[in-house]
Amino acid sequence: MTSPHPILSIAGILIGALSLAAGLIWLERRLLALWQDRYGPNRVGPFGLLQVLADMIKIFFKEDWIPPFADKAVFVGAPGVIVATVLLSFAVLPIAAGIIVCDLNIGLLFVLAMSSLGVYSVVLAGWSSDNKYALLGGLRAAAQMLSYEVFMGLSLMGVVLLAGSFDLTAIVEAQRHLWFVVPQVLGFVLFLIAGIAETRRLPFDLPEAESELIAGFHSEYSGMKFGMFFVGEYLGVILISSLITILFFGGWLGPVLPPIVWFLVKMLFFICFFILLRASLPRPRFDQLMSWGWKAMLPLALANLLATGAVALAWRK
Amino acid sequence: MFSVIRTMWYVLLHMFHKRVTVQYPEERPYLAPRYRGRIILSRDPDGGERCVACYLCAVACPVDCIALQATEDDGGRRYPEFFRINFSRCIFCGYCEDACPTYAIQLTPEFEMGEYQRSNLVYEKEDLLINGPGKYPGYNFWRVAGVRIGGKDKGEAENEGRPVDVRSLLP
Repeated sequence: MTSPHPILSIAGILIGALSLAAGLIWLERRLLALWQDRYGPNRVGPFGLLQVLADMIKIFFKEDWIPPFADKAVFVGAPGVIVATVLLSFAVLPIAAGIIVCDLNIGLLFVLAMSSLGVYSVVLAGWSSDNKYALLGGLRAAAQMLSYEVFMGLSLMGVVLLAGSFDLTAIVEAQRHLWFVVPQVLGFVLFLIAGIAETRRLPFDLPEAESELIAGFHSEYSGMKFGMFFVGEYLGVILISSLITILFFGGWLGPVLPPIVWFLVKMLFFICFFILLRASLPRPRFDQLMSWGWKAMLPLALANLLATGAVALAWRK
Repeated sequence: MFSVIRTMWYVLLHMFHKRVTVQYPEERPYLAPRYRGRIILSRDPDGGERCVACYLCAVACPVDCIALQATEDDGGRRYPEFFRINFSRCIFCGYCEDACPTYAIQLTPEFEMGEYQRSNLVYEKEDLLINGPGKYPGYNFWRVAGVRIGGKDKGEAENEGRPVDVRSLLP
């Protein structure tokens, strides 16, 4: 059940995930600049890499203001929830063979459960801010994440069917001959779209839509509490990219290079893809988002599940 | 759906485009000679102050950042006793330059005037005066104006005839 070096794995994954999330601040700004014919932060340190450090110093020393009308306990607790739930999901991710904190046999379910819990953070933040924009953002987040959660789980059932297990390590091992993206191409596209919606990244950033809701659920947040939401968002991007890698692109499997490098390369590719989405696509209207989720994505996910089940059944006979 | 993918492809291709950013401290943008930057007070080609302290610049200034006090020297030549521009108020609109009848006050393409203390942005006359004539090299107000000053009587200015003796025209 557990890995051979639990403490090492825990420390490695925790430090790795958090520093990668911090590095994503720099990566995202540089890549967005690259695609907008600019340079991005390139002054602090080599290639502007120390910009992350400068940002951290800045955000730690910023005034951390709690509005007098806010529900203080919930307001303070909400940013922690999102970071905690996302970090908990990292516990079951196999980075490479043996590099895993806890090899749960229902790992995939655990990840889905944790990402559902993450909704609470956003909703409670919007609610406790006692601000109409924040509340609207929270409501949107609740509706969006609940509807996209439904087919997010369903789109993965094809993978589970093919691998015959909820265990993420077993799912990777089952892709030794063929990545699941080939038989499950529809499932992959559905999961990708649901994953973007789950992390509330553009083009599905309606809960924080700057042009309509100021900053949505985190309008009232400042200082490190605001920073926590951002760390949570970037961790979410890393989590979804890792999940795509594990579930559809064979995880750490690959020739020549060491497995952990393969995992990181695949994951970084999808992180860059997430940033490219942000650079290129406009935000849909909220009713468009909802009808997409329920009228297009959910039936497609169900059809995918039925077809995969039928084929798998016929294959076995 | 196709347009979404096409959009993403075109955005991706922007990676290979030329950057529009000017890397400022190392690489400087071209500023036109008529750029409206730091304000200076220019001098005549013979080295005298051009400003005649007419107050037109102070009147034209929409933010009231110019303060001066007129005075006269022994020869009757007007000049500002003090001339003060508060650059923390100045909006670099250039109305003072437009209003100036003697080309004394001029805006230059220099713009790096950052200070850590607000009081250092108040420029006195000795900070504003430059040694040259600025954008109008040949112009000398007192040499074309028909005003009597020390060392130049009426009728001695350029393109100016001798004053007419009004009484000699009587029959």
